[in-house]
Amino acid sequence: MKCRKCGEPAILELRRHNAAFCAPDFVDFFRNQVREAIRKHRMFARDEHVLVAVSGGKDSLALWDVLIDEGYRTTGLYLDLGIFDYSVESKAKCEAFAARRGVPLLVSRVAEAVGAPVPVIKDVTRRPPCSGCGLSKRYLLNRVALEHEMAVVATGHNLDDEAATLLGSVLHWQTDALSRQSPALPSTHRKLVRRVKPLYRLSERETAAYAFLRRIDYIVEECPFAKGATSIAHKEILSRMEDASPGAKHNFLFGFLEKARPAFERAEAVTLNECARCGQVTTGTVCAFCKLADQVKRATV
Amino acid sequence: MKVILRNPRREVELAGGRRVKDVLRELDIIPETVLVIRGDDLVTADQVVQDHETIELRPVMSGGAV
Repeated sequence: MKCRKCGEPAILELRRHNAAFCAPDFVDFFRNQVREAIRKHRMFARDEHVLVAVSGGKDSLALWDVLIDEGYRTTGLYLDLGIFDYSVESKAKCEAFAARRGVPLLVSRVAEAVGAPVPVIKDVTRRPPCSGCGLSKRYLLNRVALEHEMAVVATGHNLDDEAATLLGSVLHWQTDALSRQSPALPSTHRKLVRRVKPLYRLSERETAAYAFLRRIDYIVEECPFAKGATSIAHKEILSRMEDASPGAKHNFLFGFLEKARPAFERAEAVTLNECARCGQVTTGTVCAFCKLADQVKRATV
Repeated sequence: MKVILRNPRREVELAGGRRVKDVLRELDIIPETVLVIRGDDLVTADQVVQDHETIELRPVMSGGAV
C-alpha cells in the first residue's frame, strides 16, 4: 500500500477516505482536519485562551498536542475522578505531557467538589457510573473555565464518540439531546462557556494513530467502569457497520449535522436560570450537580 | 508470530508468513478497532508478518462518560 500523497510505503489505511498515508503525510492530514474543524465552526480565535480538558487518553492529549503546535495559548484541565489506579496513572500521563511541552495544567478533584469520588457516587446514586461522572465533568469544566476567565473549553470528542452519542439519542428519540449535539456549542448565558470539539472530523483510530506517531505517552487501559457502558455498545455496533460499509459513521454524523439538526434546534427552546445554590446555569431552580452533591452528603455523613 | 493483545494484556502465538488482515480475521477483530504496531511503526492490513516477528493489536476504543 502506498501513501496517497507521496507514493512512499503507507503506515495507515483510511478506508472511509479511500486513502492510505505515510507517517508525515498522515500527521499533516490530521492537523488539517483539526484546522478545518476550528475554521468551519469558528471554534476560537487566534488570541483566545483555550482550556483543554485532558483525561490522559489518546484523544485529549492528541488535541492538546495539535493546538500547542498550531500556536494557540492553552491551559490543560485534568479532572481527578478518584477512580483508583486508573486516575492515578491518567493524571501522571497528563502531568508528564504538560511538563514535556512546557504548558500549564490545572487539576480539579471531583471528590472535593461533590463530596466523594466517582466510585462512591456510583454506589450512592445506584445509577450507572458514567451518569454521575459525566454530570460532574460537564459541570466542573464550565465552572473551572469561568473561574479562570476562559471563554472556551475544548474537549477531545472524536467522530466515533459523536456518532455513538447520536445513535444513543436517536434510539430513544431524545430530541433535547439532538438539538444540543454539535461540534461547537455557543455560549447561551453569561455563565456558560463555549464548548468545542476540534477532533469531531477524526475517528478514534486516527487519533490513536496520531498519538502513537507523535510518541505521546497516553493511557491505553480503559476506565474500569467503561466495561458494559452503553456508549461502548453503540461504538461496537457502529464499527461493524463501518467495516461493512466504510464511511457509514461519517455519513451518519455529518448527515445529521448538515441536514437534520437544524430541525431539532428550532423545536427545542429552554429557559436558563441560575442555580439557587451555586449560581451555575440550570433549567430548574437547583442544578443537577448540587442535587447530586446533596445526595452524596446525605449518604456519606 | 507473537501477537500482543490489550485490555486485558495477553499474548497469543500464531503461525507467521501471513498478512495482517488474515491475522485479524482469525482473531475475529474488526480492523477499524485496532492499531497494528510492529516495533516503532504502524503497519497496514496488506503487510505480511513473519514467524519471528511480534505485533501488537492496540484497541482504539475508549468510552464511558463522553
